[in-house]
Parts: sequence; structure tokens; C-alpha cells
Amino acid sequence: MDRQALRERLLRIVGPDGVIDDPDELLVYEYDASDEVFAGHHRPEVTVLPRTAEQVQEIVKLANGFGIPVTPRGAGTGLAGAALAVRGGILLVMTRMNRVLEINERDGYAIVEPGVINLELSQLTQPRGYFFAPDPASQRACTIGGNVANNSGGPHCLKYGVTSNHILGLEVVLPSGERIWTGGPAPESPGVDLTGVLVGSEGTLGIVTKVMVRLTRLPEAVNVLLAAFPDLESASQATSAIIAAGILPAALEMMDQLTIKAVEAAFHAGYPEDAGAVLLIELDGLAEIVAESAERVAELCRQCGATEVRVARTPRERELLWLGRKSAFGAMGRLSPNYYLVDTTVPRTKLPPTMRTVEELSREYRLRIANVFHAGDGNLHPLILFDRLVPGEIERVLRCTTDILQYCVDVGGTLSGEHGIGLEKRDYMTLIFTTDDLCAMAGLKRSFDPRELFNPDKVFPSGFSCGEVNALRQQALAQRLGIEFV
Amino acid sequence: MAVAQARPVLHRFRGQEIPDFDVIRSCVHCGFCLPVCPTYRVTGRERSSPRGRIWLMKSIAEGRLDLLDPLFEEEMTLCLDCRACEAVCPSGVRYGEILEASRAQLVQHRPQTAKERFLRFLGFQVLLGDLRRFRAANRLLRLYQRSGLRSLARRSGLLRLLGMEHADRLMPEINDRFVVADGSFYPAAGERRGRVALFVGCVMSTSYAHVHEATIRVLTRNGFDVALIDGQGCCGALHVHSGDPESGRRLARRNIDALDSPYIDAVIVNAAGCSAVLKEYPHLLRDDHDYAERARAFSAKVRDVIEFLAERGLSAQPGPLPMRVTYQEPCHLAHAQRITRQPRALLEAIPELKLVEMAESALCCGSAGIYNLLRPEMASTLLERKLDNALATGAEAIVSANPGCMLQLQAGLRARGERVPVLHLIEVLDRAYAAAPASHPAEALAAD
Repeated sequence: MDRQALRERLLRIVGPDGVIDDPDELLVYEYDASDEVFAGHHRPEVTVLPRTAEQVQEIVKLANGFGIPVTPRGAGTGLAGAALAVRGGILLVMTRMNRVLEINERDGYAIVEPGVINLELSQLTQPRGYFFAPDPASQRACTIGGNVANNSGGPHCLKYGVTSNHILGLEVVLPSGERIWTGGPAPESPGVDLTGVLVGSEGTLGIVTKVMVRLTRLPEAVNVLLAAFPDLESASQATSAIIAAGILPAALEMMDQLTIKAVEAAFHAGYPEDAGAVLLIELDGLAEIVAESAERVAELCRQCGATEVRVARTPRERELLWLGRKSAFGAMGRLSPNYYLVDTTVPRTKLPPTMRTVEELSREYRLRIANVFHAGDGNLHPLILFDRLVPGEIERVLRCTTDILQYCVDVGGTLSGEHGIGLEKRDYMTLIFTTDDLCAMAGLKRSFDPRELFNPDKVFPSGFSCGEVNALRQQALAQRLGIEFV
Repeated sequence: MAVAQARPVLHRFRGQEIPDFDVIRSCVHCGFCLPVCPTYRVTGRERSSPRGRIWLMKSIAEGRLDLLDPLFEEEMTLCLDCRACEAVCPSGVRYGEILEASRAQLVQHRPQTAKERFLRFLGFQVLLGDLRRFRAANRLLRLYQRSGLRSLARRSGLLRLLGMEHADRLMPEINDRFVVADGSFYPAAGERRGRVALFVGCVMSTSYAHVHEATIRVLTRNGFDVALIDGQGCCGALHVHSGDPESGRRLARRNIDALDSPYIDAVIVNAAGCSAVLKEYPHLLRDDHDYAERARAFSAKVRDVIEFLAERGLSAQPGPLPMRVTYQEPCHLAHAQRITRQPRALLEAIPELKLVEMAESALCCGSAGIYNLLRPEMASTLLERKLDNALATGAEAIVSANPGCMLQLQAGLRARGERVPVLHLIEVLDRAYAAAPASHPAEALAAD
């Protein structure tokens, strides 16, 4: 194919500072925040940085004409490798489309471009008394477009729900090059729910160019409690007790001892370093109710064995505690050169046995595992610590991951809580979906993107076709039953 | 479509100052550094971000990118070394360290032009190697500024001809008096709380001699003897930051020899760039058998004056200063030393002074040592952004704590025709003390 022709056409669309095709510079588009098992192996042929929806449309049409794949990317903070250009082609970096186009607090929405940084939107709307509720740990850096693609979660999803609950409408460029709007400001929109289809589709169905987000009213009062426990077990029990008492915290987060140590080393946030586990509990709402619930929560924690319950008194103390929690993944760099993050969900009641299993697997595979997670909704994040340079460690890590996922699925959980499937988990999809399930998804994909040009090789199991999935499914079943697969 | 062929790899990290691979790989490319990086915010290109630059270093270490690839040099020099990324990095990547090592690699292995070699020799060895020569040059500059030569040079277009217009604009006004490390001693006023040595430095002793005088007044008023111990020299920050750690080590040894005294409680520095590098002497001299241990003991005594006053508390109450100010954080105070609350606490201790925070107060102003001379385009983009943010507060003065930032802001304000002054935080405190009743008759700066 004619590289030169493609290059010239792209230059005409976005101008010289929007096209990167120097092979050495393209090195820095080989990664996102995923582990180097995935990141660092696939270089796009060209990176394009559009500024407008019209440019995106032109680029997509061009890609269609040339028959080359398009992989969209936000800030590159994703953990599942969804923004890696696995088949080369065009990497479409959306970060320059970062304008906030409209804030309409009366009707409770804002219209933003996909490159707007999650936290910056909330900072902008805060003086008016509103915020954007989904708050992934990477919210200081990640983009709203990326949140839409991954249907991102975050600590506050316990009360407020994940990204899909906060997206009212989307402007999206389809693989055909058409640009459409889905949804709208009304609470209910007639016809097929295309917004619902697109949120969480990881850039495989369309490229979002504008997002209409729901704005949530800031609560009157916020209270953050820190409870220290001797072990994960008692902290898990406290979690169940709080929810069972009918209290719905805004966030309910758990961290184990390893994580506490790493976070304290990084930020001196004031976590008790001798605790076996801590719960970070945020309550929000009307001042009187918050005060009442806080007392009740403290009491329940003590009943379950908490050695200390502390209340963050100032906004700064609160901020520090959250900073510690939200930087926990990165802080793992202080404990070991590499970490592998497992994102999975189990029913809340299955937390204690799951934690025990993770601990057993940690011993069995001789791998340190740190735990930091959204306890409130059973969304686990075991972080497996390892060193890539030690021969055989990566294989052990991957086998351990498979065992953890397998266990979670067996007790009624699922593959991913919030980080998406991407490249990382596509081959695990057969653990939870039947051939028919996957074929239904594939049918949808095909009707949007018949030539498979949008973010190829993601989400669906590698080498996916209905027949092959069947084989994979059998393999998975065989593994689950412990049968040698031939 | 095939990927275009990458350039072949001929040069790798080798010789002295190899960036520590363990530090490089402690980056897990989470991307938290992107929003705080000034160059990434301006260009929006991954290569201009800390994680991008670390990935480039990693690629060189792994033999996938050539050390002398123009892309690498471009990025290593575009970086301001402001270290905002370090302050937000959850993994604790010591970015400054590997950046400076990478620059040292380039200085060693990249062919330098005769002009470059001459300028490095003139600046780093002749002028900063011995501060007597630096002061002599400053006297010449003062003559140039005061005698009418400058206005002649400007009017005649000679500066433009020599390509010196930009440098001329950034040149500070040279003070009438210099404050020199000549062994003079200023006793504490009132009850004595300790004895400190003042680190005198280069441009602080000539252009900002008045800040040194203010520092001495504020410290003595708060009960500290201040000694201007002789034998000290340049801190070496500029050398270390631009890939010449060997000269940095030479200067570090001299400062340790001069200032490492059991009679001194602390070495006080009022230039954030200097205090940051003085605290990094242990890393700089880590392989020096004779000095490694001494460097640790010395650095433990180094305090930025703002940090020191906040730590020890003000024993004398400042008087009222009805003024609206905004605070511009020097990168090497806020990011390299994580001193952010203390300056605000000191300002808030002044009655009637109103501190109005500017947007992006911790984003680099573009000064970055001699960066504004080397990369004028990026430097002025950042400067304009900084001035917009600062002036939007309606402040009557911009307060900072580092000569580089102050020079940069002053040059920018002059170019805009703005009359808002740029003050060192210690000057503000000093003015507040001038407004307070003297607590001790002997506290005026009367020693000379």
C-alpha cells in the first residue's frame, strides 16, 4: 500500500503537528498503563491527533478507503491494553479534543469532548455545586472518552453507579464514516438504546467525539472514616455488616498491609502501618444523616474487631486519605519492579472465602499479592508483585491470575469489575460466555464494523469466529473440570 | 502497509553516568505524570511527557533506540527538569536523576560544536568556577547597564546583529552593592535560638543582594546568628542539570569543605534551585570515598530559608502589610523538595496580607536555570501562561522564592509593560517586620 499517499491525505486533514509517523517517535505509542506482557510490543504505523469531530470523520473514511485498522486512545491510562495498536494501522489519540462545550446545571448535564480529563470536569463544575460521579483511581489523568469506552468504575460507584449510569448521549463516528448522535438529555430516549450499546464497547463499534454526561449534585456533607482491622477477614465482615445495616456509603474501600506500606512510603497519608487491613469509608448526603450513619458505621467496625476508627477532620486529611487510595497501584513500584493487576468481581458475601483463596494462591505460586479494592461492591484488585527479569515469574503470574479468575467465576463473579477486557482478558471471555453469547456480541460488532477495522483483536477471544469459540469453550470447560484437553 | 524502517542502533549508554536501569524500570507507565508535565501540556505529544521520556531511555538501554537519535536529544533538552512528575509519581521514580544522567551521556558521546564548548567553558568553568570572576563580570554588566552603553546597543541594533536581544531582555539589573561570603557575622537580635550559615551563591549575591540583606535581617530578628562563611562557591546546580556532574562534584566538595562546621546549626539557602541541589550532594558524591559520608551529614543540615523559618517558627511577630499577593511556586522548592505548605503559612502569618492563589501555581514558569536561553520558544509559552494566571488574580505583587523564576517573571512583566513587582518571599516578610515595632534595639543590619 501507498504509505506516502496515506501520509499526505492525513497531513491534509489534521496538519503537520497532528501526524506522527517517525518510527522512533512511535516507540512511545507502544504502551498504555497495562503490564509489559501486553504493552511494548505493538507499534502503530501512524499516530494521528485530531482536534475536531469532522477530522475524526475524515480520518475514519480514509482508513476505510485504505482498509487499515483504527485504534482509539485517550490518555493511555488503561490497564487492559485496549489502546494498543495490535494490528498497526492508525492510532487515533483523542487528547487534543479536550474542550468542555456546555455546562447546563439546570438540566443536569454537560457536553464535553472525549479528551477532557475526568477530574478537570468535576473541578470545573464544583463551584456550581455539581460533579461527574465516576471517579476511577486514575481520574487525575484519564479522559472521559476512555471512561466511556471502558465503562469505568471507581470508589464512588458503590452509591452512584458506573460510567454507563452517567452518560446521557454520545456523538459518535461509526466505522462507515457516518457521524450520529445517540440518546439525549431526556431521562428516557425512544428506540434502540445505542448509548447503552456503545458505552463499554472499548472502541470496537465507534469513536466517540462528544459526550453528554450527567452532572450530579454535590452532597451537603461528606465524612470519611478510616477503620483499622487486625486482618482482611474482620474487615470483610465489617463490610457485610455495614451494608446489611442498610447503610449505603458513597465508597467502601479495603487495603491490606502490603498496600498500606507502599502507600505510606509514597505519600505519608496517615494510614496505620501496623494494621492487617483498613477500610476507607466515605459517607455523604444530608449533614444529620451523615453524622448519624458515621456513628453507626464506627460502632459496627468496632463490633467486627476494628482496633481503631478515625474520622478525617479536615478536607486536607480527607484528600490525603483518598490520594493514598487512588495512587495505590502506582505505589506498587516501591515494593517490586513489576505488578500484575487482576480486576474481578465476586458477590459481596463471597469476599471472605475469596480473600482466603487469594492468600492460598499467593503461597502456592510463591508470589506476593497486595490487595486494594472496592469492598463495597465486591470488586477485587489483587496485585501480583513480581520481577520480569526473574526467569519463569511471568508464567507463574499468568497461571496464578487464571486461577484467581477461575475461582471468582466459579463463585458467581465475573471477569472484570471496571478496567475492561481489551487485550488482556479477551481469552478469558470463554470462562463466562457461551458460544451463543459471544456470537450475539459478534453479530452486533459485525453490523457496526463489517470489515473489523475498529480496535481489532480486542474484547473477543483471539482468533475469534463462532466455530473457534466453540472449541475454546470446550477447552475452558475441560480446564475447569481438570480434564486434559486434546 | 509496513512500518517505516527505524534508524539502526549504533550508540548505547556507556562510560560514566549511565542512567540506573532499576530507576528506569520502576516506571509502570501509569500516566499520572501527564497532566502535571508542562511540556506535555503544551505539545500534547507522548514523547514530551515524563513517561514518554523514560520509555525512550528504556528503549536506548534495551538497544531499540540510538542514543544519538535527534529525537532523544530534543526531548532531553526540551524537558525543564522541573520535576513536577516526581511529586505526583506513585512509584517514586527518581526522574531527575535519570534525566540528568541521560544529559551527561549526551554531553559525553555527542560531538559538540566549538561554540558550545566555548560557552560551556565560559559559563560553567570561568564564571561559576570562581565567583570572584562572576562578580567581576557582574561589575562590567553594571557598567554596561548604567553607562548608557545598553541603550546605545539596543538602539543601534547591535544586539540584534549579535543575536543577543533575547539574552539582554532576560538580564537582571545588577545591584549597587554585592553581598559576599567574606566571613562577616551578624549576631542574633534578642534571645539567641541558634547559629546558621547563609549560602551566598552567584546571582543572589549580585542582582539579588537586597534579598540576602532581607534574609539576614529576618533571620537575626528571629534569633539566629548569621555567618557568611568564606570559601563557599557556586552550588553546581546548573552543571549537574546540564550533564556536567564532574564540575558539580568539584563545587560540592568545595562547599562541604567550607560550610561543614560543627558550630553551625543549619546551612540556610534562599534560592530554591540551590537548596535542592545542596540536598542532593549525597547522590552526587555517592561514589566518592572521602566525601560520601560528609555529604550526607552536610545535606542533613541544609534548609531552604522558607522551610527553616516554618520549621522553627517565627519568634517575632511580623507587622501588618495590607497587600494582595499571589504565590508562584519555584519547581525546585515545590516538586524537588515538596515544600508547598510552608511558604503559604509564612505569608498567612502576616497580618492584613491577602494571599490569592493563582491557577496552575505549580506549573513551571519556563525559567528552569538557563533553559530560557536554550529553549526560548517553550520558555516563553510557559511564561505567558504563568503571567496570565498570575495577573488574573489581581495581585499587587507576585511572590516567589528562586532567582531564576524571579528573573523570568520580571522579564515577562517588563515586556508586557506591567508594573506588578516580583518579590522574594523573604522580602515580603522583611517589609512586614519593618512595619512592626522593633523588638530589640540592636537588630538593624548594622554590621557593615
